[in-house]
Amino acid sequence: MSDTLLNVKSVETYYGNIRALAGVDVEVKRGEIVCMIGANGAGKSTLMMTICGSPQAKTGSVTFDGQDITRMPTHEIARLRVAQSPEGRRIFPRMTVFENLQMGASLDNLKYFDEDVEKIFTLFPRLKERQAQRGGTLSGGEQQMLSIGRALMARPKLLLLDEPSLGLAPLIVKGIFEAIKKLNEQEGLTVFLVEQNAFAALKLSHRGYVMVNGKVTMSGSGKELLANPEVRAAYLEGGHH
Amino acid sequence: MANISQTNEAVGTNLMARALREAFYAGLIALGLFVLFVGLKTDQNILNELILVQRWGLLAIFVAIAVVGRFLTVAYIRPWFEERKAAKAAAPVVEREASFVARNFSLLAVLALIIYPPVMVGLFGFQGSLKWVDNFGIQILIYVMLAWGLNIVVGLAGLLDLGYVAFYAVGAYSYALLSSYFGLSFWLLLPMAGVLAALWGTILGFPVLRLKGDYLAIVTLAFGEIIRLVLINWTEVTKGTFGISGIAKASVFGIWSFDISAANNFAKAFGLPMSSAYYKIFLFYLALALCMLAAFVTIRLRRMPIGRAWEALREDEIACRSLGINTVTTKLTAFATGAMFGGIAGSFFAVRQGFVSPESFVFLESAIILAIVVLGGMGSLVGIAVAATVMIGGTELLREMNFLKQIFGPDFTPELYRMLIFGLAMIVVMVWKPRGFVGSREPTAFLRERKSVSGSFTKEGHG
Repeated sequence: MSDTLLNVKSVETYYGNIRALAGVDVEVKRGEIVCMIGANGAGKSTLMMTICGSPQAKTGSVTFDGQDITRMPTHEIARLRVAQSPEGRRIFPRMTVFENLQMGASLDNLKYFDEDVEKIFTLFPRLKERQAQRGGTLSGGEQQMLSIGRALMARPKLLLLDEPSLGLAPLIVKGIFEAIKKLNEQEGLTVFLVEQNAFAALKLSHRGYVMVNGKVTMSGSGKELLANPEVRAAYLEGGHH
Repeated sequence: MANISQTNEAVGTNLMARALREAFYAGLIALGLFVLFVGLKTDQNILNELILVQRWGLLAIFVAIAVVGRFLTVAYIRPWFEERKAAKAAAPVVEREASFVARNFSLLAVLALIIYPPVMVGLFGFQGSLKWVDNFGIQILIYVMLAWGLNIVVGLAGLLDLGYVAFYAVGAYSYALLSSYFGLSFWLLLPMAGVLAALWGTILGFPVLRLKGDYLAIVTLAFGEIIRLVLINWTEVTKGTFGISGIAKASVFGIWSFDISAANNFAKAFGLPMSSAYYKIFLFYLALALCMLAAFVTIRLRRMPIGRAWEALREDEIACRSLGINTVTTKLTAFATGAMFGGIAGSFFAVRQGFVSPESFVFLESAIILAIVVLGGMGSLVGIAVAATVMIGGTELLREMNFLKQIFGPDFTPELYRMLIFGLAMIVVMVWKPRGFVGSREPTAFLRERKSVSGSFTKEGHG
């Protein structure tokens, strides 16, 4: 088995006539945390959704664990253990925290549920306190925890995170990123995240990509990108160009 | 002290004065509004001339209602509400132990339904119980079954279906046609009607898979109308608007029949005096059993992966897909399961009426069933059953209100106003209990202890 878990090759994605992704190449190896940074509308979330097959890539290919998933329906991709915490979190607002987590475990029909739910509750103790509450009544940070927790319930090989820091207080972002790091170090979970919060994301990640207008313009290790003057100018220093 | 009581008195007289004043104005407004609408009526006399009928008595009643209503509202009802509100705000929040009745409501309700027919027979005799068992009991139970079926589609899966009556029609005609053309028995056709309706549910499901909300509602509405129009126009098979009559009665599992001429007639077999009440009582218990089956299936399904998937689908389709749930099959099963209950209720309806015609399956029926589901609190079985009882029982009760004829004249037919009352009831319920009669949703999963999820956290209209 090769080292590469996810391979996105010259993928182009269209919304109608509009090209959102213009030939993107991304590689995620087993056990890595890889991030994609970029401004609003660069195509980061589109890339995320393309990996999940909705919308599907028009050209190019997406390979997961040696299997071509470019044309697979979303739910079948999920069944290959690609779990996603989608943009806007998308928890089930009228179901309780506990039920949300149950939905995450529906792939195995709750076989490992008890064991896994304890793990999630240790990772995010706040969720344990709030387990009987409706998802929609949680704070933004708690919802993000729930969204990640729900994704983890599927025992993923690859965890996709779409802007986990969106709209959250810095302290909560820190907590969530620490949790991601812990998962990666202790369980070797492979994580691919897209972020606008470039500094935090690059610090967390082993490698990073920079996306501009649907194209990857730079890539390198997290440290390299953090030190790169162009990246610094565009994404790290208050957005002054 | 003296001061306080004095001010209280002053407030009291003030209130009375204000109430009287407002009542007077309300009376004036009512008089102005209704003098032309109610007080005068244009009519034709025997010579086809236009004449003016004066109805001052009726006008006086209208004005009196406005005056008295306004007076009571201002003088008593509003202060009472405010007092209660203040008392509620002042009282510390305590977890009230639910009363015995509240805790065991479902069980008590089922027990009450089981003893309902004998009690009615005891009270009104065999012949007199007919009305109560048939018009009230069986009819309400049919609507409960229908609403529970629709609840799966609308309440759980969140797919707004305005054409639910189509499946009711499919079930009713399946029984009517297959029994009159092929002489198949009720016990064979009951499940078959369910299966056929489920099949039609799937057929409807396929083209509407991509639709949501308003668009879905319109397509399902059209589907309901299509089924009805087919029933009207396919005269060779369905006899069109004449309907199918003389549908065979159900038998007690083929052992005893309710046909008067049959050798194994129920009454004859037991040496009882002839009466149609036995059949109705039998149908009542049958309807009750079918309702229990529907409730059991719904409760079980909600705890199974498919039921949870329905609820998750209602919440967020994209999230569902990203969790590996096949939304296509999930939607189709919701449509099929809901339709199945509709079909079973339909075949039961056919066997009860002995006659089906397309007139029973108009859009209004869909609307009533949907209203019951919404009023009951989407997703709540108990709430829906209560709503069905209130709505359908209420309409039936209107027929009984003959004293209204003394007020509004002999032409007054109260049941014509049922839609008005229906609408009024909906507004009242939606204002006071926006989440339906039972707004809280019991979680299906919990760690160690069961906590009910308060309705106050729920988005309006969803449970």
